[in-house]
Amino acid sequence: MSNPVNGSVRMETKDLSVRYGPAIYGIQNVSMPVHANKVTALIGPSGCGKSTFLRALNRMHDLNSDVEITGQALLDGEDIYAPQVDAVVVRRKIGMVFQKPTPFPTKSIYDNVAAGLRLVGIRKKQVLDEAVEKALTGAALWDEVKDRLKSPGGSLSGGQQQRLCIARALAVEPEVLLMDEPTSSLDPASTLRVESLIKQLKDQVTIIIVTHNMQQAQRVSDYTAFFFVGELVEVSPTGTIFGSPREERTKEYLSGAFS
Amino acid sequence: MADVAGTISASTLPARYRGPADTAFKVVVVSLSSFIILLAVAMAVMIWLEARPTFRAFGYLDFLTETTWDPVNAIHGALPFIFGTLLTSFLALALAIVPALGVAIFVTEFAPKWLANIINYTVDLLAAIPSVVIGLWAVFNFAPFMRDTFYMPIYLWAEESAPWLVPLLGAPSTYNLATATLILALMIVPYTVALSRDAIGQVPIEQREAAYALGSTRWEVIRDAVLPYARTGVIAGILLSLARALGETMAVAMLIGNRNRMPFTLFGPAATMPSLIINEFREAVEVLHYSSIMAVGFYLFVVTIGINLLASYIQRKLSITKGGV
Ligand SMILES: Nc1ncnc2c1ncn2[C@@H]1O[C@H](COP(=O)(O)OP(=O)(O)OP(=O)(O)O)[C@@H](O)[C@H]1O
Ligand SMILES: [Mg+2]
Repeated sequence: MSNPVNGSVRMETKDLSVRYGPAIYGIQNVSMPVHANKVTALIGPSGCGKSTFLRALNRMHDLNSDVEITGQALLDGEDIYAPQVDAVVVRRKIGMVFQKPTPFPTKSIYDNVAAGLRLVGIRKKQVLDEAVEKALTGAALWDEVKDRLKSPGGSLSGGQQQRLCIARALAVEPEVLLMDEPTSSLDPASTLRVESLIKQLKDQVTIIIVTHNMQQAQRVSDYTAFFFVGELVEVSPTGTIFGSPREERTKEYLSGAFS
Repeated sequence: MADVAGTISASTLPARYRGPADTAFKVVVVSLSSFIILLAVAMAVMIWLEARPTFRAFGYLDFLTETTWDPVNAIHGALPFIFGTLLTSFLALALAIVPALGVAIFVTEFAPKWLANIINYTVDLLAAIPSVVIGLWAVFNFAPFMRDTFYMPIYLWAEESAPWLVPLLGAPSTYNLATATLILALMIVPYTVALSRDAIGQVPIEQREAAYALGSTRWEVIRDAVLPYARTGVIAGILLSLARALGETMAVAMLIGNRNRMPFTLFGPAATMPSLIINEFREAVEVLHYSSIMAVGFYLFVVTIGINLLASYIQRKLSITKGGV
């Protein structure tokens, strides 16, 4: 694994456009850098393309054959859409947590977390045990489930399920972690735990998080990107965006003109 | 829509009129469904009443375990037919499961839409062919072909090289256990495909995406996310297919050769509960013969209902929301 310099450009999109049909743009010509070991927050009104952009960064759109993607998305300078690149490999490096908790309901809590590790061929029980505990601890779930690792993932509460999904994504130690409104189904206490987790994780992984919660963006992120009707309006250090945004539209959005 | 939009009276009025209609609807639905349930219960009771002379003469258990069926000497045992039914059904199911699951997975996960449509259509068509037509084709084409092309050579080979197999295989006849089982498998494949296809189709897209996002290949997504989630539905579908196999009558009766005495051999004639009933109900003049056919019918009824109940129990008990096993 390469060891990027803190703050250097880890991912970068160049004129990235996603179309859901001939003329239906999800996002249009988005060019932005994502800095290594920083948290980048994506904000903007509903339907502006945040999820579309996020899903373009680990080739989740591949699953929908109607979607057309143009432009580039670089990871360490290499285009993840280049013909010789395997989407499976991309997704092993770039993990994702969805808005709705999606544990594998029939698998045990343990097997949920171990799922990604087993995919890459890790079978040793001791290695798995350690990784599972580490990931669950990281996701602030260990204490609640350590005595019931064998019970099914579907038996947890919604908030616990979401933290289980975070643990599942963390267990494989991704280089980049994409999170689409990861706390929208959590109570305030779990939300704060996930936020502090995000801050801790920065040392190991580059995080991009979609959020509708402006306070959350300010609390956790180093950079903030503001999207509006499929376009990137501006991306700046979080302090700048919330303090003195360059663009008029950002200012209007943040003051509640069109939320 | 437009005619009632607007005023408060317009929105309360229909509700008042809906009252009697609701009640009428409920009455019709409830009485119709209880009528159907009553009919089934009444049928079971009637069959049981008709079968009573047999149960009285042999006892419930002895009738089940007796291996001879000899109407001339008034000896009636159900074991050959129960054994024949269970054997053909489970063998057919075993033969059908893997190809059926394969087809279901292929059409839901791999095939492009147009191909999936063609396959689905073909499978549905196969299910719609009357069993007697399949039987007819098999009687004149499939059965002689299988005997000459496979059973004979296998039997001759066994005589030479594996004599211990011979008692199991038996001398090949045109109509036999193996052919009936193969046709039975062919006939339940469409059901297993359709039911597991539906179960797989109900796996939410989020489950698939979660597996993809972990870096799963297509096959790993199916193994880790799709099949475990669809498991309950697939198992229920398999059980329902089994129930179908148990009750399947015409084609099996035409192909199995109808031998009323155990032991059965693979290439020799055998019998099942439905095949016995269809073959003998016309000739049953003796009370005991008639009541024994009814008794076989009663057991068949019980077994099939039992399997169906088990299927719906599994569907409910192991539903995903409860976390499964
Ligand atoms: N599968 C799809 N097919 C067609 N259009 C889609 C699809 N998914 C999203 N879109 C469209 O693309 C645009 C961007 O959607 P996207 O989900 O990225 O918005 P978002 O910023 O994540 O919104 P939210 O905050 O509500 O989650 C919307 O106009 C949406 O209708
Ligand atoms: Mg979204």
